[in-house]
Amino acid sequence: MKTPNVTEALGDSKLQLAIYSATARMAERRRDVVSPDAMPDYQALRQHAHDIKKHTLDHLDFYLEQMEKNVEARGGKVIWARDGAEACAFIQKLARDRGVKVIVKSKSMTTEEIHLNDHLEGDGVEAVETDLGEYILQLGGEKPFHIIAPALHKTKEDVSDVFEKHLHSKRETSPEGLTKIARIALREKFLEAGMGISGANFLVADSGAVVLVENEGNARLTSSAPKIHVAVSGIEKLIPRAQDLAVFLKLLGRSATGQPLSVYTSFLAGPKREGEPDGPEEFYLVLLDNGRTKLLADESKRQSLYCIRCGACLNHCPVYRKIGGYNYPWVYSGPIGKILTPQFMGIEHDPWLPFASSLCGACGEVCPVKIEIPRILLELRSDKVAKGGDNVELWSFKVWSWVMRHPKIYAQLASAALSAAPTKKDSFFAVGPLKNWLSQRDLPVPPAKSFRDWWKERTH
Amino acid sequence: MTSREQILRSVRAALNRQSNEPVPPVLLSEAPTEGLVEQFTKALEALAGKVVVVKTPEEAQVEVDKALKGRTFIRSSDPFSRAAIATIDVGITSADYALADTGSLVMFTESNESRLLSLLPPCHIAVISSSKIVASLDDVFRLRPLPGAQSSAMVVITGPSRTADIEMRLVRGVHGPGEIHVIIIEDDVTHSD
Repeated sequence: MKTPNVTEALGDSKLQLAIYSATARMAERRRDVVSPDAMPDYQALRQHAHDIKKHTLDHLDFYLEQMEKNVEARGGKVIWARDGAEACAFIQKLARDRGVKVIVKSKSMTTEEIHLNDHLEGDGVEAVETDLGEYILQLGGEKPFHIIAPALHKTKEDVSDVFEKHLHSKRETSPEGLTKIARIALREKFLEAGMGISGANFLVADSGAVVLVENEGNARLTSSAPKIHVAVSGIEKLIPRAQDLAVFLKLLGRSATGQPLSVYTSFLAGPKREGEPDGPEEFYLVLLDNGRTKLLADESKRQSLYCIRCGACLNHCPVYRKIGGYNYPWVYSGPIGKILTPQFMGIEHDPWLPFASSLCGACGEVCPVKIEIPRILLELRSDKVAKGGDNVELWSFKVWSWVMRHPKIYAQLASAALSAAPTKKDSFFAVGPLKNWLSQRDLPVPPAKSFRDWWKERTH
Repeated sequence: MTSREQILRSVRAALNRQSNEPVPPVLLSEAPTEGLVEQFTKALEALAGKVVVVKTPEEAQVEVDKALKGRTFIRSSDPFSRAAIATIDVGITSADYALADTGSLVMFTESNESRLLSLLPPCHIAVISSSKIVASLDDVFRLRPLPGAQSSAMVVITGPSRTADIEMRLVRGVHGPGEIHVIIIEDDVTHSD
């Protein structure tokens, strides 16, 4: 399905309203639960979360080995994948070896990143997304629009259209009714699936555990109903201790959806044990590099990997809130996508991306792990310029800097500009490249005389 | 060289660490232990959960029957199969802890506590004693620093299953139970002093 480009997105009033209201609501809810009244220690927790992530990433080799040791001690297996191809190949082979025909999946940006579903479908395996939003998108052949609210651009009528077409359901336009249709269809899949694939919100090194945070219950089902559970996680998701979750869980639900705790937090340490009535018989953790070690090498940008995927930076970004999630070049959208994509793909891949920001700083302010997104954006801009900048811009600044160092010439140019400038608001600038901008705003009318002239008159 | 060795080698080369730093201390908050039952009730009711406080197990049974409204059920102490859990209306379980500040239940999978019983049926009833209520998740991690030592799964359940994926409208009961009842049997033990 074709996705709208920036101009189309901006001109689509339905889409604009959907993005605006959904992000505003998530932002408001967050604000209510992290306010100093509601959470006096919020800022201290952010700093602590940042410090723990910094420590973990700075000692990642140690924690990866500890994680592996503890997963294996609990009867699970760890698979190291250098890239998406290795991760997909392992899962495909496992599905073939075990004769798996249906796989249920709970929401995972990491498996989006490696296009796992495409690989599985190529093998004739049915891989079903089970998060309601993801399910709607999968049926309609679309990609997630937002990290937390993947289908926020869809109206209930759109959803009904998708269900009618693919599930042959009757017209139904209440969110309750639509949810019920999905519940029934997906329940069958959960019970027949031979494998469940999840992502991981956290990997807990001292426990060998995968932590899944969600509201619907689909991640619990994915990790509990089928005989095999495979968790796919980037190597950066580690935290040292189970006790550190106390800090991260307080921040994640609040930052994502304004919930003090999301509905379900699952702490999963290996397959089902002797005497336990249910749970998967086999547990696999796929540890994915796919470019992460490259990011790790850049010390000043390393913190890009601290991200816990809460989506708060998207909800607060004036750019994301206009252009939406489909106008970013990779799976990670919004401010965090803007710093991750150029580092994963190389700045040459999308050189414009770090520049598509007003640098308002909101993303850095709301980040629960204090990633300095605006500073990293500036560094990426600098990297881009160092690799061969924009000549027009370069020469403009050279001329500007020369003029600024020659006051007499500056004065002459300033008074010339003043005499040429329009004296009324509906100026001739309202054509050409500034036309659109000026259709919403007035250019201020310049004063009759320059400051220098005015100063001269006052002092003589 | 295996992928494992290559990744670990890349990590070490990228970090180029000269010395090791100590891990930041664990940060677990302390909260007052008074009024936990009231706090829990208020928090879970705010999420559309139902809470009843009783004095004896017999009274608890009466409340369970009231909540059941004649629907089919399985208790965690009953023998059961997955197929059975998938068709009944109500799962009745205990819980290892309850969290006063968020209205959550904390459940470890154990021999008589299945993962699916609190998940597949549309309604979940949990019967707990008031001494199981702690102030917050911080207390659980203080009491159980390694939850994985006890069981393959610990789940924290905070209210009914929900989604807001369609037009940001809240709908309860997506994949998990849309209805949750907690019946608290008050212990004689006073743990506030």
